[in-house]
Amino acid sequence: MAKSPEEEHPQKAFGWAAKDSSGLLSPFHFSRRETGDGDVTIKILYCGICHSDLHNVKNEWGFTMYPVVPGHEIVGTVTKTGKNVKKFKVGDRVGVGVLVDSCKRCESCQQDLENYCPQMVLTYNSYSQDGTKTYGGYSDIVVVDEHYVLRFPENLPPDAGAPLLCAGITVYSPMKYYGMTEPGKHLGVAGLGGLGHVAVKIGKAFGLKVTVISTSPKKEDEAINRLGADSFLVSSDPAKMKAAINTLDYIIDTVSAVHPLAPLISLLKLNGKLITLGLPEKPLELPIFPLVLGRKLVGGSDVGGIKETQEMLDFCAEHGIASDIELIKMGDINMAMERLAKSDVKYRFVIDVANSLSQ
Amino acid sequence: MAKSPEIEHPSKAFGWAARDTSGLLSPFNFSRRATGEKDVTFKVLFCGICHSDLHMVKNEWGSSIYPLIPGHEIVGVVTEVGSKVQKFKVGDKVGVGCMVGACHSCDNCDNNLENYCPKMILTYGAKYYDGTISYGGYSDTMVSDEHFVVRIPDNLPLDASAPLLCAGITVYSPLRFYGLDRPGMHVGVVGLGGLGHVAVKFAKAMGVKVTVISTSPNKKKEALEHLGADSFLVSKDQDQMQAAQGTMDGIIDTVSAQHPLLPLIGLLKTQGKLVMVGAPEKPLELPVFPLLMGRKLLGGSCIGGMKETQEMIDFAAKHNITADIEIIPIDYVNTAMERLLKADVRYRFVIDIGNTLKSSN
Repeated sequence: MAKSPEEEHPQKAFGWAAKDSSGLLSPFHFSRRETGDGDVTIKILYCGICHSDLHNVKNEWGFTMYPVVPGHEIVGTVTKTGKNVKKFKVGDRVGVGVLVDSCKRCESCQQDLENYCPQMVLTYNSYSQDGTKTYGGYSDIVVVDEHYVLRFPENLPPDAGAPLLCAGITVYSPMKYYGMTEPGKHLGVAGLGGLGHVAVKIGKAFGLKVTVISTSPKKEDEAINRLGADSFLVSSDPAKMKAAINTLDYIIDTVSAVHPLAPLISLLKLNGKLITLGLPEKPLELPIFPLVLGRKLVGGSDVGGIKETQEMLDFCAEHGIASDIELIKMGDINMAMERLAKSDVKYRFVIDVANSLSQ
Repeated sequence: MAKSPEIEHPSKAFGWAARDTSGLLSPFNFSRRATGEKDVTFKVLFCGICHSDLHMVKNEWGSSIYPLIPGHEIVGVVTEVGSKVQKFKVGDKVGVGCMVGACHSCDNCDNNLENYCPKMILTYGAKYYDGTISYGGYSDTMVSDEHFVVRIPDNLPLDASAPLLCAGITVYSPLRFYGLDRPGMHVGVVGLGGLGHVAVKFAKAMGVKVTVISTSPNKKKEALEHLGADSFLVSKDQDQMQAAQGTMDGIIDTVSAQHPLLPLIGLLKTQGKLVMVGAPEKPLELPVFPLLMGRKLLGGSCIGGMKETQEMIDFAAKHNITADIEIIPIDYVNTAMERLLKADVRYRFVIDIGNTLKSSN
């Protein structure tokens, strides 16, 4: 008979988990594996709340295995290292993002694209190689193979930097892959939330002109005066959208609700690229004619490999880029989830785990 | 008052035109402009029937101007050149494809992408610089600005090379642009018609492994034995499609009817590319998860610029690539259109204009 979460591993652990599709989280005792030869044990300081966490606790994608401890934007301190560990020592500030293992042998893994490995193991709600379930960062400790641990730059604030581990890499990777790094080119960012606001910052750091595309006119002041966007387009204003036709070289689309793609595609110039990063529950409607007539493309991207995640963290440290956050206590997690469902946060909640997770 | 087609230009011309949305074509007397200083005039010998011609004669895209002479896969022999023409002389074998004009001053034109110029002028059914309507290749002569004329090398048979001027460039351009032309790559071709069969030939000549994906199992033998495809997938066969998951670097999708994208996206490897060259009228459903999970993309492409069209013709000449055609006399054209609607052709009709289009005058 399978062991209970508390007994299956030797190191005691404590966190908050959702137990059913109501998505409500509550205290949860479980356990972590022994620090293996290649492992690092991390005391968790902060964990960002990603919108994926909300989708998962409510089983909106249909593959949640309850109880689920979410959290894949983890920053902490190394407390133990296995004897073969080379990159880290006790006391180091580190991060863990969306994946904690992969096969290490396939073409994707060989190309530092562990995030596309068919056997990738997610930080939570996934099966480890030993057959046990993974639990995420809404908890006190985590044990991870050193290969999947990031060195967290000293000059990045550990709380505001936590969301970079998912939101940051999720926008940085496609911006590099799809060539959105030519200074002077024009980037549209659709949706100004956890992903969108970081995309604006990184886009400006690449020297791009940035236009935020949003349904909410109220976000304009923030977008321009605080985040540094060059302009703001209200997507529900047909006249403004028409005037902006054929002006963008690329669009990072962070919107996770089902939304029309045709208006966004019309904003693109010839050879323009629409990169969709949100994960809507249903397929989106895609008009083909405009893609053919303008040689435009729609592409996807999913986080990034470990090497690129490190590169992203170092880039953000160099350019002083961190997330805009609202720090909360673990006990307020359910309230935060409710507000997140209404997009009522500027722009990421981060849980002050070390200071508020008490048994 | 606008002049009638017969007298608006000085040179008599004869062709077959559609008069209304029935799409039925019939003899039509009209006229062509005098050979301007940059123009090339040629006697039309053959013209391919593109599926776009069928859409246009029936006004399916809502943009048709009647009377409409279709035809944008036109080949023939030069009879006159203007005083400033440098590239062609009388007697040369030439062709004209989908475009006869562009602005020549925008970024796209500067980059040899006249096909994406906002002021690009189509070979038929469009307003030319002089305000008159352009008439296509189901006719006895063509007058075209030299910039939009391509040379047909001697070793290419004129009749079977006509379809390259639209079908050929339509599939050649994205194979190059999306990088699906490297030896050893594996590319799928969806739909085995006018575009699809030429895509197979070009891809094989580029050293690419080709799998044809089709709803019709009876096309398998042709695809493998005659066109040289490496394998064949029946798209409705779930087992076959499942077994081929994650095996293709790219797919050229030539199907213009509504069809599901999910199975095609599944055939792509990580970072694979699905390229649409057929254009369904209504939007298709895009499943987003699989696109993200494999960093895949879906892009479009539309014919190609003039420089690339010549490059494509020269590539075809080098590798002896032509279309598989059924030659027909002009008075079979309405029947050919009906058969085309049912995809009953291997794989392009070509009208023998030179021998069968004769004015009653």
